[in-house]
Amino acid sequence: MRREIPLLITGIVGVGFVIQYFIPHAPFSYMSDWFSDWFSIIGACAIVLGALNLMKISIQKVISRKKDWGYAAVIIASFLLIVIIGMVEGKDFRVPGTNFDWLYRYMYIPLSATMFAILAFFVASASYRAFRARNFEATLLLIAAFFVMMGRVPVGDIITGFMPEGWRLSNLASWVMNYPQAAGQRAIMIGIGLGIVSTSLRVILGIERSHIGGGE
Amino acid sequence: MSTRAKEILVIIMIVVFSLVFYFRKIAGGKEIIFSNLVAWVLIALLVLSLGLILILTIKGSLIGRRVVFIYVGIVLALPLFMPFTQKITISPEVRSLYEAVEKLPPGSKVLVSFDYDPPSAPELQPMGESFIRLCFQRDFKVIIMGLWPQGPQQANIAIDKILEDPEMQARNLRYGEDYVNLGYQAGNEFVIQRMGSSFKSMFPSDYRGIPYDSMPLVRNIRNFSNIDFSFNLSAGFPGSVEWVQIAVDRYGVELGLGNTAVQAPQMYTYLNSGQVVGLLGGMNGGAEFELLCDYKGKATKFMLSQSFSHMVIIAFIIIGNVAYFLGGRKSALKDK
Amino acid sequence: MPKIAANPDLKAGSAFFMYLFFLLLLPQVTGAQQNIIPDDTFFQGGRSGEVPAETYPLPAINIVVGDNPNDAGETINITWDRSPDDFTGGKVKEYRIFRAEVIDGQPGEYKEVGDIPAGKTVYSYQDGNTRDGVSYYYVVQAVNFLKINNELAWLAETLSEPAGPVKSAAQWFDWRRSNALIGVLLLSSFIIIFIRQARSGKELFIRKIAGLEAVDEAVGRATEMGKKIFYIPGLSDMDNMQTIASITILGRVAELAAQYETWLEVPVCRSMVMVTAKEVVKEAYSKVGRPDAFQEDQVHYLTDDQFGYAAGIDGMVVRERPATIFFMGTFYAESLILAETGNSIGAIQIAGTAMPSQLPFFVAACDYTLIGEELFTASAYLSKEPKLLGSIKGQDMGKAVMLVAIITGIIMETFGIWDFSSLFSVIE
Repeated sequence: MRREIPLLITGIVGVGFVIQYFIPHAPFSYMSDWFSDWFSIIGACAIVLGALNLMKISIQKVISRKKDWGYAAVIIASFLLIVIIGMVEGKDFRVPGTNFDWLYRYMYIPLSATMFAILAFFVASASYRAFRARNFEATLLLIAAFFVMMGRVPVGDIITGFMPEGWRLSNLASWVMNYPQAAGQRAIMIGIGLGIVSTSLRVILGIERSHIGGGE
Repeated sequence: MSTRAKEILVIIMIVVFSLVFYFRKIAGGKEIIFSNLVAWVLIALLVLSLGLILILTIKGSLIGRRVVFIYVGIVLALPLFMPFTQKITISPEVRSLYEAVEKLPPGSKVLVSFDYDPPSAPELQPMGESFIRLCFQRDFKVIIMGLWPQGPQQANIAIDKILEDPEMQARNLRYGEDYVNLGYQAGNEFVIQRMGSSFKSMFPSDYRGIPYDSMPLVRNIRNFSNIDFSFNLSAGFPGSVEWVQIAVDRYGVELGLGNTAVQAPQMYTYLNSGQVVGLLGGMNGGAEFELLCDYKGKATKFMLSQSFSHMVIIAFIIIGNVAYFLGGRKSALKDK
Repeated sequence: MPKIAANPDLKAGSAFFMYLFFLLLLPQVTGAQQNIIPDDTFFQGGRSGEVPAETYPLPAINIVVGDNPNDAGETINITWDRSPDDFTGGKVKEYRIFRAEVIDGQPGEYKEVGDIPAGKTVYSYQDGNTRDGVSYYYVVQAVNFLKINNELAWLAETLSEPAGPVKSAAQWFDWRRSNALIGVLLLSSFIIIFIRQARSGKELFIRKIAGLEAVDEAVGRATEMGKKIFYIPGLSDMDNMQTIASITILGRVAELAAQYETWLEVPVCRSMVMVTAKEVVKEAYSKVGRPDAFQEDQVHYLTDDQFGYAAGIDGMVVRERPATIFFMGTFYAESLILAETGNSIGAIQIAGTAMPSQLPFFVAACDYTLIGEELFTASAYLSKEPKLLGSIKGQDMGKAVMLVAIITGIIMETFGIWDFSSLFSVIE
């Protein structure tokens, strides 16, 4: 029963969801609303589980002075700071001018932006290491990358300013993005779409059960 | 010098520079702009040093990834102080978005979804600012929402900045009549789906708690059919893909997109098929849109850094290939 | 004459006198009825000046009302042709739509249900607040106004002839989605037919997928080196098929890790994924007869925040230097940040995602990458179970049909034979 009940729920909900797409009449019209409400409720409750797990592991690490326990202490302190300030501010905690908003603007934004900014550095090092003219196809990719990288910034058109309109680097970059690139993306997306349908069907029919621990 | 010592040195330099600029700003110091001569000398030094790296690579002495990082850091920061301006070319996908917005009559209701958080703000915030600014200039009614918890806060930051402008202040824009911020709603793509039948069911009140029905701008808006245009600023999930698949494909919404550069290539498939009317891709898309709106925002300002960084990355790709071919087709990095 | 609802903020008496005043004093427009809506909170500035007589626009014409088809009911469509005064610089600034319920065969009190700006070529409005089975009448009001400094100076409106009665109703099938239904049935049939074939013992070929073949090698390497394995299931929740596919692979990796007695760590960014992954890993350890080796902390939650999660994993990778890292599931901009960090410590990395925009990053920084649909075949590929393999074959048939449709479309539309893509359209 430990397997059968989840599979039954999955099957009923899955088929229901497919049907509601084609039948707009009640009660099918309400189904997606019900399911989305349930998903939100379960998701919101599950956040508590995650937070508790994070706290449990971090506190254990600090108490038992495990390796790198200092990082765990930072997690606990940051978590408590945000939660307490958010709770003290009440439901208006997001309104500009509150302490929570201050933390958001002057701590969270710079920290998160720093992480994203690292991408620029990693893109450079990954391109430097991996972008090689190993064979004909790789050379074609390299040329396309050159067109796109230069064509997507104004300097590309400054360099090719002597070329007739329509043949400058920005035009070539647009062409690469709109045709070969978009065609490749579409091919991958069609494959992915079919893969999703096939996997969904396996899950709905109960053929795929490895996500609930597998077994017959 | 050990690697750790070099790292500490770089960190100290960054901290010192940051503090100098911070205190200078507090003291009311003017914006620092190099003279043309200084700028050209710096560019020449940069080119020469890259040439030196190329020569070292040819001789078999490979550079470490940290050298690449330092160059990227320098070419991103230095152009902010350079006096050069660049001619920005408008791409068709940006122009088509602008034209779609221009076609809307005054009073049109425009839904803007801020589906991103602070990390993507450098790319998407300028787009949000210039788009909402354009909406206000054209007398559109702007309805803001977010599928990401931080999205509506980013919208508030954008609105605050727009309303600092005296031209915008003169318009005497009123919250609830000219624009509203409905806030964040959890539920990812299900939120879009339910908005197809009822906005109010997803946003019974705005982000401040003002009831939906008491706001004149939205009280008669039942679902997407009452919206004239939608614009989605997206950095991932839930975002543009979900807006296209649900709002456009199911409810026929006219949609424009503003995406991070990483995400934009995927959106060209929707652009060519006509599912979206226009696309702002990355900082470049933002700068092009600012040019069309006749507004010099942060995207335009940062384009010089983008140009320099692209050129430096291309230079490193060339150096990497030289190392690859001369070094018996091995990695160009010494510290992998 | 249609009745317009008074704003409750105004006293009824003053509204009545204002109504009379405008009825008596304002000029009549041929073929139309002119009315004033007692003050509207939309314009909080109120009326501060006289309404010039020549400002009244001609009304909207040809009002057509009807039930919105293919929907869940409670929606009526109203369309109309623009007022002759609706042109650039003309007298019509916007249209307002009013609705009245039919009481004793006559329209009752009209209430505003929506507004739409002027300046369009085609006008339509969907009133999504109706009750099914109730009859309604509609009027469209052409509105002219002047605002000074965003304050209303005056407002002049002209009503159209009423249209109706009309009722909204729900439908039992959305005919616009017939093509999608055919597609779903076709693809499902293929999958079910091939599952049956596979069950009956027919051998099905599945090509080698390097990324999945390398799973054993990658786990073995970590064992040899005596280091950890990190398994990153991506950013999405359990409602995403990529996460489900990832959890499937996690099961296999956990079995191998348990067999080889190698420490497997699964940091997750969604609570529900944590619960599921914990269950799957525990089950895998039990399956290979080592339930005692499983520890609850192996699967742990970090944060829901995208870059917080990336920062957390990067820190763990740099500090703990795992020998093997799996990135399987949904990834966004953090993909390269994670993969490059893993690459910098020399870990063997296997990635798999159906996010087209992140694939180039994984290809550049990882040793093996499962591209798009390869991720979804993992379950079938690793288990070699006929039922699962059959579904992959059915999926391939679906792809073959797609290819035929694409080629047919290219030929037909290139030579202008027929608008083939219209077959795939869902929205008119």
